[in-house]
Amino acid sequence: MNPLLAEIPYWGQSLLRVLGGLVAVLLPAGTIVYVFLFKMMSFMQSRLGPMEAGPYGSMQLFAEVGKWLQKEDIVPERADVRIFKMAPVIVLLSTFLLVVAVPFGPDAWFTDFEVGVFYALAVSSVSVLGILVAGWASANKYSLLGGLRAAGQLIAYELPMVLAVMGVVIQAGTMNLQKIVVAQNSGSMFGFDAMGHPYVISQFVGFVIFMIAIQAELTQAPFDMPIAESELVSGYMTEYSGFRFLIFFIGEFATAGVFAMIAAVLFLGGWGVPFAWFGWTSIDDIDNWMNIAGPIIVLTKMMLLVFIIMWIRFSYPRLREDQLQRFAWKGLIPLALANIMVTSILKVAF
Amino acid sequence: MAKVPGLVKGLGVTLGTLFNTATKGASTVQYPHEKETPPIRSRGVIALHQDNCTSCMLCSRSCPDWCIYIEAHKELAPPRREGGKPRQVNLLDRFDIDYALCMYCGICVEVCPFDALFWSPEYEYSEPSIADLLHDKSKLSEWMETVPEAPALEAGADKKKK
Repeated sequence: MNPLLAEIPYWGQSLLRVLGGLVAVLLPAGTIVYVFLFKMMSFMQSRLGPMEAGPYGSMQLFAEVGKWLQKEDIVPERADVRIFKMAPVIVLLSTFLLVVAVPFGPDAWFTDFEVGVFYALAVSSVSVLGILVAGWASANKYSLLGGLRAAGQLIAYELPMVLAVMGVVIQAGTMNLQKIVVAQNSGSMFGFDAMGHPYVISQFVGFVIFMIAIQAELTQAPFDMPIAESELVSGYMTEYSGFRFLIFFIGEFATAGVFAMIAAVLFLGGWGVPFAWFGWTSIDDIDNWMNIAGPIIVLTKMMLLVFIIMWIRFSYPRLREDQLQRFAWKGLIPLALANIMVTSILKVAF
Repeated sequence: MAKVPGLVKGLGVTLGTLFNTATKGASTVQYPHEKETPPIRSRGVIALHQDNCTSCMLCSRSCPDWCIYIEAHKELAPPRREGGKPRQVNLLDRFDIDYALCMYCGICVEVCPFDALFWSPEYEYSEPSIADLLHDKSKLSEWMETVPEAPALEAGADKKKK
């Protein structure tokens, strides 16, 4: 039971959780789309991006959403209608399931799973199902190819992601995301505790593998073969229009945000600041204002990581399908396994 | 691993462009608010100088898209000299260019032996209805106002033959 909600009746708790979940998914998604997709990409191509809707184009997203909502909802004649309509919802569902695991403050969390890492990695794979059935149900060869490519890619990159996270789990000695945050912020490096001990330093290899793997999980360029607009006409999204496409679109960027939050929790110390700054020693000493500051800190770290994801997305061209698979199976997975070996040896030695 | 320096360099290019755009401004202009002057001799729209046209049909026949429609009739004009025969002149009834078909090759302008057709850099003549892209001879003549002065000949070039 979350202590922040203990006084509120059950229905109120549920309502707050739903609202909190919506905010935690849609706010990062909207911010990411405006700041990175609209503005950063334009600036990297020496243009200004949308400028007409609202001051500096800031209302452009609402215009786009309005446009999508009023479009016709087209279903191909030979599509598997019910599954076709369900697929985008499954993709977005996995995002909502994923955000549940992220801690935003000492008491500001949705659920405090003892095996939060395991849960997060498990539900993140649900989106593969959505993508695969979207490709199959569209009754379109491009969609099917895109769906198959997505399935192959997501399975290939799920492995290095899991293996990269295992280093963190070994080092923290727990799978509870909240306790991983506490372990990083209350830790010290060589007796020097002003920085805490963010695992991005000791698990740098794991961090790099994790970032590459989520780049592929999110099907962002250079790993965007499943949606490859020039060869597969946007892959599994070919037949989707109107608000179903909108759901895919929100799902893509909301998942980017949530994955970046999880990376921030695992490697950058999550919602916490180094506890030594304020003389805290454990999670029970932490002042209540951290429940307000925590979400802001997580979002800041999320924006930093999404910046890296998007920067790579806007810089590199697409890999070939076989290069993608070879990179995962011959490069990342052996590297991640070696990382686990070294981490566990050092863990036992010290 | 040999590809890593190139990958880093690529990231540097995009980040450099990002900061350049943020500090020095974009390479693009915000079109309806500010406009670039089209380069000299740019092919915007074709203007018709009616007095020069003899309705010889060369432009119409050389048009690859067949988008020039000409109809004319013959009239007798007073003789140039006292006591001469009256001259026969061709007067235009119709001179239309269908810009929905035109591909801006400029062959009509090139082929015209009497300097009746000119390129104008004007480019803002899109229409909500495709039929309105058929410009008749009065509209084509109005474009003459936008035709710039011909650039001066290069030094040492042949004089224009009269």
